[in-house]
Amino acid sequence: MAVTVSIPTILRTHTGGEKSVEAKGATVLEVIDDVESRHAGIKGRLVKEEKLHRFINVYVNDEDVRFAGGLEAEVKDGDTLTILPAVAGG
Amino acid sequence: MLRIRRELVDEIVAHARRDHPDEACGVIAGPEGSDSAERFIPMLNAARSPTFYEFDSGDLLKLYREMAANDEVPVVIYHSHTATEAYPSRTDANIAAEPDAHYVLVSTRDPEVHEFRSYRIVDAEITEEPVEIVD
Repeated sequence: MAVTVSIPTILRTHTGGEKSVEAKGATVLEVIDDVESRHAGIKGRLVKEEKLHRFINVYVNDEDVRFAGGLEAEVKDGDTLTILPAVAGG
Repeated sequence: MLRIRRELVDEIVAHARRDHPDEACGVIAGPEGSDSAERFIPMLNAARSPTFYEFDSGDLLKLYREMAANDEVPVVIYHSHTATEAYPSRTDANIAAEPDAHYVLVSTRDPEVHEFRSYRIVDAEITEEPVEIVD
């Protein structure tokens, strides 16, 4: 199963500058773990205490996973997983 | 340094005035690698708050897809402070995740005179930079 993972600018230091990488997994967490196995350090930027970081958005295709099971959200072959840091502040 | 056309500054300030007392936010996109602010994109503040702003997550995805399709990046990310100075808060610094962007802050605390300032924010470290407004 191959999933395309779109990497935001700030995390491309972990992917040698690549804007997207291929990964495998049936859930968001499995995909992140698979990316982490080749691009160490990226998981710590996304996941905190086994939950998605408050200011990181992850989408499976068009859907924000926060409304679809979070890290357990289902991912299928051919899906695109997009990681985007929130644009927010005080 | 941020070089920016006067009409874009006027658009940002007008947006900030319009949404006052809530914070206003948005982006000016430009070609990747150019550092040139070209396309004004006002965003909704999903928080609708005088002390916080956040792009709606669906809008954020649409925005980044559109920029990617156009080979654009967010050259400027702006938001307003409506009761305090135009300086990034600790929250702003901690959340900022575009090290190549110019973070523009506008203060609308004075109804007559606005403040317009620009910063780089890298690893939560704030560095103010000069702003050159060109006609």
